[in-house]
Amino acid sequence: MNNSMTRVPVREQDAKVRATNFDEVCLGYNDEEAVLEAERCLNCKNPLCMKGCPVSIHIPDFITKIKEKDIAGAADVIALSSALPAVCGRVCPQETQCEGKCVRGIKGEAVSIGKLERYVADWAREHDYVAAKAGEPNGKKVAVIGSGPSGLTCAGDLAKLGYDVTIFEAFHQPGGVLVYGIPEFRLPKDRVVRPEIENVKKLGVKIDTNVIVGRSLTIDDLLNDEGFDAVFVGSGAGLPRFMNIPGESANGVYSANEFLTRNNLMKAFREDADTPIKVGKKVVVVGGGNVAMDAARTALRLGAEVHVVYRRSEEELPARVEEVHHAKEEGIIFDLLQNPVEIYVDENDWVKGMKIQRMKLGEPDASGRRRPEEIPGDVYDLDCDMVIMSLGTSPNPLIKQTTEGLDTNKHGCIIAKEENGQTSKTAVFAGGDAVTGAATVILAMGAGKAAAKGIDDFLNGRA
Amino acid sequence: MYEITKVEHLVDKDWLMVVKAPFVAKKCEPGQFLIVKLGELGERIPLTIADYDREEETITIVFQVVGASTEKMSKLKAGDCFTDVVGPLGKPSEMIDTPIDELKKQSIIFIAGGVGAAPVYPQVKWLHAHGIEADVILGARSKDLLIMEDDLRKVAANVYVCTDDGSYGDKGVVTDILKKLVNEQGKKYTQCIAIGPVIMMKFACLTTKDLGIPTIVSMNPIMIDGTGMCGACRLVVGDQVKFACVDGPEFDGHLVDFDLAMKRQRQYKDEEGRAMLALQEGATHSGGCEADK
Ligand SMILES: Cc1cc2nc3c(=O)[nH]c(=O)nc-3n(C[C@H](O)[C@H](O)[C@H](O)COP(=O)(O)OP(=O)(O)OC[C@H]3O[C@@H](n4cnc5c(N)ncnc54)[C@H](O)[C@@H]3O)c2cc1C
Ligand SMILES: Cc1cc2nc3c(=O)[nH]c(=O)nc-3n(C[C@H](O)[C@H](O)[C@H](O)COP(=O)(O)OP(=O)(O)OC[C@H]3O[C@@H](n4cnc5c(N)ncnc54)[C@H](O)[C@@H]3O)c2cc1C
Ligand code: SF4
Ligand code: FES
Repeated sequence: MNNSMTRVPVREQDAKVRATNFDEVCLGYNDEEAVLEAERCLNCKNPLCMKGCPVSIHIPDFITKIKEKDIAGAADVIALSSALPAVCGRVCPQETQCEGKCVRGIKGEAVSIGKLERYVADWAREHDYVAAKAGEPNGKKVAVIGSGPSGLTCAGDLAKLGYDVTIFEAFHQPGGVLVYGIPEFRLPKDRVVRPEIENVKKLGVKIDTNVIVGRSLTIDDLLNDEGFDAVFVGSGAGLPRFMNIPGESANGVYSANEFLTRNNLMKAFREDADTPIKVGKKVVVVGGGNVAMDAARTALRLGAEVHVVYRRSEEELPARVEEVHHAKEEGIIFDLLQNPVEIYVDENDWVKGMKIQRMKLGEPDASGRRRPEEIPGDVYDLDCDMVIMSLGTSPNPLIKQTTEGLDTNKHGCIIAKEENGQTSKTAVFAGGDAVTGAATVILAMGAGKAAAKGIDDFLNGRA
Repeated sequence: MYEITKVEHLVDKDWLMVVKAPFVAKKCEPGQFLIVKLGELGERIPLTIADYDREEETITIVFQVVGASTEKMSKLKAGDCFTDVVGPLGKPSEMIDTPIDELKKQSIIFIAGGVGAAPVYPQVKWLHAHGIEADVILGARSKDLLIMEDDLRKVAANVYVCTDDGSYGDKGVVTDILKKLVNEQGKKYTQCIAIGPVIMMKFACLTTKDLGIPTIVSMNPIMIDGTGMCGACRLVVGDQVKFACVDGPEFDGHLVDFDLAMKRQRQYKDEEGRAMLALQEGATHSGGCEADK
């Protein structure tokens, strides 16, 4: 056993070099490093780490397989619970999930569960090892709307049970936020996301891209005319919010979704891509979540000086600790406890600066976080030539508007039962960001999984 | 892949294509648009659905070459394919949901500028199929730039043509004709639908406001996804921010902030200029010329 209090460090691209390219920042463990880190796991009888994992991967079991150098065996263990391990190993906020609960974290550093999961998944891909198998066809058809993590997981699980599954995806490429939102340098598209989606296809799942449910087809068409026995809605929460402050319609003000979609999905950073992207010399990103970090680090790589303006303090930053750390290493400037109140526009209708209000923290609000309050009169002007609004997103109302009997709450989120994804409409299930609002990959996967079971129960008269 | 079954060069920079797109052809209604994409690294280009055939599962698009992507499209032949076609997008025209009795009480005039004749056509055709004859004003810079006149004549009550240079029809702009029809010929219109370049729609709206005719315009801002997830297409309509791809593309023209819309459309001017040059002159210019950067 390796009794070190600290984890085996993971190799990363140097901050100065990576700030100029879109290659993956974290290089992952090699074979020796992985085994060495695996040996830090105590193989607890009552593994707390599993309680922190939303899809309950049997963590000590797969780590034991790594210790035994049986990586295929480790992949089999993970495949029982997760369809996208190469993705989750990279983007899950492990510090608040599995690793947050690991007993080794009490005195030293938690076991690097995420990096080990990633190691196993990368090994399986490099060795063309496919852990999951399709089930015996049962003659029933299920439609899945959206090919993000929730849809892919639900589709994969249903295929393993023998269902004939078709995913309908609005974009020209499947993957949801994994392809249009999270950038290359955190989640390589061709090397990681695409093969992971291919694995789902290998289970017999069909993916129809360029189909927008609500326009190209409706949910009622799927159930009544197209012969589907049930529908899963995993359409995400892609509708961007703006601040509604003066100057926000000026040229040079983008939603993070637009900026990231141009860059990730349309590959605007490449010389040979047709979609243009414009990046200023000095870019202000408003917001403090993962999306803000991704937008900021993308703008930096396109050559800008980047400021993140966030209205609370560092402690409340909703982004993952690792991402904030990476952003700082790369040279992103954090302007905390500050909030824009107006965008200044030049004579050509381009952004030329912002009026910024300084804030302080007041009493905790309903969410338990201390509420930001304006410091009266404490405002200043910040020059910039581009602004990226990263204030969160909500579900697109299209599906709700075109589906009779599908209830949503006041935030536009579809109402669905947590345990099985059942919505107010018979045979229609939902999960992921479409139900919770913007959340995480692993929660979306957990919801897809629960709904697959819910659909199976429903179609077999067990519910 | 989506096969192009017919290509027709209309005039100068305007092209017509018929494309196999089953999902779009099955569901689309007048007023809606689609997005085409050419090649793995191609741009997503929004185009209005100019006609559709539900049996053949095809749609018709009419486009003008204005930049690199439309230039590339103009090189395609029948039998070639678009990598992606997605739609129908946007809301159908209001008329589709208006009871036919109501529509019959109205007197409708369409104003089409340039390539705007294409999106006007399915609407006039739809009305004609429902027993309603509308008037159309068709404007172009000169005779050799006029499109769809014959098609429109088959489905409209009257087609009034004007050209900026007087080479065909009346000399002048579309708003001159409208004023003449109302003020001199005593025509009474209860609804106007104007589609064309933003500048034309702006002036059409100023005129119809004076004449007291409610007016609908079809906006064409820059778009990325066309499904409401980026906000690139945002417009200000009656002091509210709207996403043209989901809330429109048709809006009450008397409420649209056209000046802002025009400024936003010019956002990518430099990049587009460069891409066009690269296409016409090879990589020598746009890639190599430091002065451009
Ligand atoms: C920039 C960014 C960074 C993030 N970073 C992290 C991170 O580090 N860690 C983490 O855990 N989470 C992160 N998240 C959040 C995470 O990506 C989401 O919670 C997760 O992707 C939600 O999955 P989903 O399947 O519910 O929806 P999505 O991934 O949003 O997928 C929905 C899919 O449905 C399609 N769709 C929508 N409407 C329709 C329709 N009408 N018809 C057909 N298709 C439709 C969409 O095109 C999309 O492909 C990040 C999100 C963003 C935007
Ligand atoms: C809902 C909608 C429907 C449309 N319908 C049609 C149609 O039926 N026929 C047609 O010819 N065009 C239509 N357009 C415009 C068409 O999408 C653009 O002309 C096309 O995207 C330009 O692509 P490009 O790469 O060739 O030119 P670019 O290189 O992108 O642009 C060249 C020039 O065109 C301007 N431009 C860029 N995007 C647009 C735009 N969306 N609208 C207007 N000007 C733009 C730019 O400012 C630039 O000066 C429509 C646009 C929208 C949003
Ligand atoms: S809690 Fe930590 S040490 Fe215990 S089994 Fe899980 S990963 Fe291993
Ligand atoms: S084009 Fe992205 S929201 Fe309309």
